Amino acid sequence: MKMPTPDASVLARRVEIANALRAIVPGEGVIVEQDEMRVYETDALTAYRQLPMIVVLPKTTEQVSQVLKYCNEIGIKVVPRGAGTSLSGGALPLADGIILGLGKFNKIMDIDYGNRTVTVQPGVTNLGITNAVAHEGFYYAPDPSSQIACTIGGNIAENSGGVHCLKYGLTTNNVLGIEMVLMNGDVVRLGGKHLDSDGYDLLGIMTGSEGLLGVVTEVTVRILKKPETLRAVLIGFPSSETGGDCVAAIIAAGIIPGGMEMMDKPAIHAAEEFVHAGYPLDVEAILIVELDGPEAEVDHLIGEVETIARKCGAVSIRVSSSEDERMVFWAGRKAAFPAVGRISPDYLCMDGTIPRKELPLVLNRMAEMSERHGLRVANVFHAGDGNLHPLILYDANKPGELQAAEDFGADILKLCVEVGGVLTGEHGVGVEKRDLMIHQFTETDMNQQQRVKCAFDPDGLLNPGKVFPQLHRCAELGRMHIHRGQLPFPDLPRF
Amino acid sequence: MTTHLKPADAAQALEAVRWAISEETPLELVGHGTKRTLGRPFQATHTLDVSDLSGLKFYEPAELVLSAQAATPLAELEALLDENRQQFAFEPPDFGPLLGGEAGKQTIGGVVSCNLAGPRRVKAGAARDHFLGCKAVSGRGEAFKAGGRVVKNVTGYDLPKLLAGSYGTLALLTEVTLKVLPAPENTRTVLIRGLDDATAIRVMALALQSPYEVAAAAHIPAALAGGVGVEELGSGVAATAIRLEGFGPSIEYRAGKFRDLFRGFGSVEFLELEPSLAFWAAVRDVKPFVANPERLVWRLSVPPADGARVAADIASRLPAEAYFDWGGGLIWLAVDPTVERAGQDVIREAVGLGGGHATLIRAPDTVRASADVFHPQAATLAALSARVKESQDPKRIFNPGRMYAGV
Repeated sequence: MKMPTPDASVLARRVEIANALRAIVPGEGVIVEQDEMRVYETDALTAYRQLPMIVVLPKTTEQVSQVLKYCNEIGIKVVPRGAGTSLSGGALPLADGIILGLGKFNKIMDIDYGNRTVTVQPGVTNLGITNAVAHEGFYYAPDPSSQIACTIGGNIAENSGGVHCLKYGLTTNNVLGIEMVLMNGDVVRLGGKHLDSDGYDLLGIMTGSEGLLGVVTEVTVRILKKPETLRAVLIGFPSSETGGDCVAAIIAAGIIPGGMEMMDKPAIHAAEEFVHAGYPLDVEAILIVELDGPEAEVDHLIGEVETIARKCGAVSIRVSSSEDERMVFWAGRKAAFPAVGRISPDYLCMDGTIPRKELPLVLNRMAEMSERHGLRVANVFHAGDGNLHPLILYDANKPGELQAAEDFGADILKLCVEVGGVLTGEHGVGVEKRDLMIHQFTETDMNQQQRVKCAFDPDGLLNPGKVFPQLHRCAELGRMHIHRGQLPFPDLPRF
Repeated sequence: MTTHLKPADAAQALEAVRWAISEETPLELVGHGTKRTLGRPFQATHTLDVSDLSGLKFYEPAELVLSAQAATPLAELEALLDENRQQFAFEPPDFGPLLGGEAGKQTIGGVVSCNLAGPRRVKAGAARDHFLGCKAVSGRGEAFKAGGRVVKNVTGYDLPKLLAGSYGTLALLTEVTLKVLPAPENTRTVLIRGLDDATAIRVMALALQSPYEVAAAAHIPAALAGGVGVEELGSGVAATAIRLEGFGPSIEYRAGKFRDLFRGFGSVEFLELEPSLAFWAAVRDVKPFVANPERLVWRLSVPPADGARVAADIASRLPAEAYFDWGGGLIWLAVDPTVERAGQDVIREAVGLGGGHATLIRAPDTVRASADVFHPQAATLAALSARVKESQDPKRIFNPGRMYAGV
């Protein structure tokens, strides 16, 4: 993966820049020692590593504003970073850029049950929000698997999902307001405790912008009351097709489960060997359907789901009869990634989304690809919303296997786009899928997106080299290709 | 001379935009024109009437997704969804009668462009939360696509969000793809009568803080109860309403829970299916303010717990009436047409204290030309909004000035 060429003139001024940053962020907030910067050299996409030029850890919005303004004025690239759990390399440093770490923004500022909101600094973890309101029976709905570590600021950058988004939405549907700092140092507030922000939906475009548009310094999210009851059904199927049919039948019955997760045979076996969740081993796919809500509703729907599953040809059906049993059903699914890690030295986790009806086709084609690339693949799948997580098993110590795994992954994602889906459902493009963007978007489509960046960061200094395969200058994107004197379409009806 | 351009398809619409760019002449984008008076009046010699860009592209109930040309009538799509017991969960309101026109005329593109949302907003979000992808023509005369057709998609910037609620000032939508959801099997409304505004907001907060999945919470003060036009409500007594939707046994169970929860606030009554649907449609479409069309109508979005305070503050200083949706977070306000500057100074001062915004929805052209229709923004945000417009529509071809002067 090619990153923007480091600017030698910037690197030559490293000491001077560090001193200027120290004037803004005093004390231990500026790090220049290689050993101390090592922890920042990668995120959860560990295949890529790069030491940054300098790490800055501001404590206040004012400091963030001054740091960005300074960097903007002298043309230094900035990579914002939360907890560094990005699976797509969103926080990968640049050799001639600074890492702006938001780890010190870790305070919960306001809990407002009357308005059902929590306002926090961006370095608070996803689970930290839920923990702060759990004693009153509330929670924050989006729950990415990394929720114990990932920060809410990072969730906004990536528009993180989780297993409950079919019913409760992604980050973008649960954030009400932010304070952010633009590259020029401007502090902008969007939204608040009210339900919709005014003017253009800049909160919507910020969410999922992967740190390319602004640095979030405060976040207001909505919280929900915990459902009264949660119960899960574990269903085994003789084929992925029948499992997929069952998902469609559940939705056709008007049921939107809190969670609906599917695993294929290799994933079932790996998970079962690891956590002994009691998964059936003689099936091709399992589906975990979790229903949450008022007790009477959950009891009613569990019965409906059982009936549907039977009609779809399920070979085993188990309904959780206790909270412990429900947790056991989930234990295997939640441990799927480390379980695969046990049976293979390395694995790549992909993240495409497809229209659900294409599942059988995609799984069959993936099996063919597996053979062609000579690598195994295990699948876990957010079945409700079509978000696939194929895990490609490889051994980085075997020459050529990493490349083969990456090629296999690219083939899977291209297939997702081919059947009407997208490259990434919840992990982000980052550097990982950057060069695949051309398979989903035309140059015109991408230019239209990149022009938004020109409004936020005209010099392209914030997290360059991520998301878009080609860096364009705003002047170049601004050009118009229309010439005067075109005939105004004679066949156009007018009145 | 005013020209009325009426492209027959997306290709002609693209040509029309290219022509306008080459002539550097602004266009007013119109579907069926039901919300034409929403926003600031602006100068556009030419109208781009896209009403022929109509028709379903695909609807896959099992995939919970629908795609249609931008000017497809909403009513057509809702009828189709109804046949499959599905719906647009954000419950788009129909402002036709409120703005002096007919009901049932608006297009899906108009709904998205104005980011409409009905009473279910508290549970299901607004149009923006269901808008998955689109095809559009840019301010550079290029056809482009954005987003996709699947719910989970973080590939590139979420341009559909930016276009939703941009009132046609950033691009011309030609095709839109939306998420759809199952329609509830049944609906029932829990009613408590005779509460004052502040108590009603507390009651609605209690409901929204409960685990009983409230699908809407509204409060109609005594003076407006008759204007809802639902017989069971009568007139002259305030009504605080909590909507329950879902499967029969679940509604029964939750209704019982609310009867217990609200004991102490007054007697609890229920509206069954038909009157419930009529009640929530009236709340959604601002029916209490359809009559007396000379009154100015404002829409205020505030933190829900602030609702009663904001409304009381305004009513103490202006001849105004209000009712509440979204648990208090949405205030519909009608003010006397004679008030100074449409009441905007008083209204915005009241809203400004707790955060939120106020939009002037119904007023004569002259009033909308002199008042700020949309809430004035802080300097850094206004500058950013102007740069966003510049980035998407540098020649100011699309509805220029409809939201803010120069944008």
